[in-house]
Amino acid sequence: MTLRPPYLTARRLAATTAVLVVLLALSLAGAMLVGPVRASVWRALTDPGSPDHVILFRARLPRVLLGAVVGGSLGASGAALQALLANPLACPHLLGISGGAAVGGVVALVAGAEAISLVVPLAAFAGALFAIGVVYFCARAGGRSTPYALLLVGVVFNVLASAAIMVINAIASYAQAHGVLFWLMGSLSGQSWRLIAAAAAYALAGLAWLTAHAQDLNLLAAGEEGAAELGVDVERARRAVFVAASLLVGAAVSVSGMISFVGLIVPHLIRLVLGADHRLLLPASFLGGAAFLVWSDALARTALAPAELPVGVVTALLGGPFFLFLLRRELGRAAS
Amino acid sequence: MNARLDADRLRFAYGPRPVLDDVSFAIGPGELVGVIGPNGAGKTTLVRLLAGVLSPIGGSVRLAGRPLSEYRRREVARRLAVVPQDAHVDFPFTALEVVLMGRAAHLPPLGFPRARDLTVARAAMQRLEVAHIEDRPLDRVSGGERQRVLLARALAQEPDVLLLDEPTTHLDLRHQAGIHDVLGELSRSRGTAVLSVLHDLNLAAMYCDRLLLLAGGRLVRDGTPGDVLTAEALGSAYRTRVYVGPNPATGSLVVLPFARRPG
Repeated sequence: MTLRPPYLTARRLAATTAVLVVLLALSLAGAMLVGPVRASVWRALTDPGSPDHVILFRARLPRVLLGAVVGGSLGASGAALQALLANPLACPHLLGISGGAAVGGVVALVAGAEAISLVVPLAAFAGALFAIGVVYFCARAGGRSTPYALLLVGVVFNVLASAAIMVINAIASYAQAHGVLFWLMGSLSGQSWRLIAAAAAYALAGLAWLTAHAQDLNLLAAGEEGAAELGVDVERARRAVFVAASLLVGAAVSVSGMISFVGLIVPHLIRLVLGADHRLLLPASFLGGAAFLVWSDALARTALAPAELPVGVVTALLGGPFFLFLLRRELGRAAS
Repeated sequence: MNARLDADRLRFAYGPRPVLDDVSFAIGPGELVGVIGPNGAGKTTLVRLLAGVLSPIGGSVRLAGRPLSEYRRREVARRLAVVPQDAHVDFPFTALEVVLMGRAAHLPPLGFPRARDLTVARAAMQRLEVAHIEDRPLDRVSGGERQRVLLARALAQEPDVLLLDEPTTHLDLRHQAGIHDVLGELSRSRGTAVLSVLHDLNLAAMYCDRLLLLAGGRLVRDGTPGDVLTAEALGSAYRTRVYVGPNPATGSLVVLPFARRPG
């Protein structure tokens, strides 16, 4: 397995990122053409009044862009959390962080913040930050977190989060409760441009912040004590990553509800091909996660056409077996 | 001189019982100091205190005359390096990437390695005979190779003070000797102060200028191998009978336990 160069140069970072951006642009364009109804690109471009224009630019374009923002956020936050916890099984959904963001989002929705679109992502961000804090301090011992502790804390936190959401739903009015359930299913359809723009702003801020700490994450991936010995101010780096990852998860959950496993699968595949250096891994996981979710959504809307699956169902069906495979491998290693 | 580390009346406890109590010593440029003692004597805790990743509950550690707590981590990492007992890395960083992490404190935060950083890193790998695996992911090398890569990473930091916690646990005889040759050369040629926790008393006798014997959290002996490795001192520290005699091949001391045979 010596397929890649032994270290990352600025040039390889720039070239690889550029290639990934082009691949993502092609993916977005390609996925726009996929759907239960065939639409003509030519007619859509030449006749703004045509049904083709409405399908491509009013229905599919926002959906594809939203998919890219959400998938990218989940991919990059997964990569960062795995490094911070020195544990390749970490992912925002399994750790209960998406659950925490969902509680925040639901509170904001029920409180009637829907009209002010920036408040829902903000509330989801706060929920995610709270969840990261709780999971981190519960699962850690001696500067490391074992897979068992992490998974257990995540499971417990998710149970708590869904219980909290049920309580809120029981208090809310029927119409609000219906809206919350629809939101939680994890769908990319029917969001306004304003909300997409807000989520994109949160996501890009989070990604930039994370990437600025990429070198710290490289050193943290070998454990906190080792990172400190190599010159990382661990407290500061950890706080920065908490906030940045919460921005990303909050952005994703606030516009799409609960979508699982993207943050687990994508960084793993990227690492296999491009290596573990976070200066490349973080942007590549963002771009790769974006493409992954956009294609998952294309599958969700065509696989059972004319019926449509929530995209969260597709990622769960793909990611569940993948996770079990990784867990088996981890346990095998721990035993040896 | 920068290669100086002072421990002044160090005290530490994880719970109510002290792990280290009133430990004082100093190491200076070019010294090769071994720390020995039975299991649970506080050797690993001592290394963590000296590295500043644990803070003592009493006393202080000074690096080049200044208290460790006043340094930023980045400044410490440019002067002091630590080789852990075993660093287990779950991510596929290549061996060269891991060694280059030793340069992180010398580079700007997002910095990519410059020509000099690569030269330093590759020279360290050459010295520890791991240059041929530079492109191999660290999760796919043997325990002994991983340990040598971690030592190369510490050398790449170009430290004034080098701390090691049982650096030879996973190594075969040839590489045990090889690592100690590298450490000896480092202390002689660069004036690096080396402090190494050693399990193997015979290696300690052969390679160290000075030994610190810890027992029950206290520093019970501090002196040359001849002063410290006596049947009486070791017998009471390890609470077992030992034989200490000359090594006919090297002239250093040999330490052997007495097997307890029935009857």
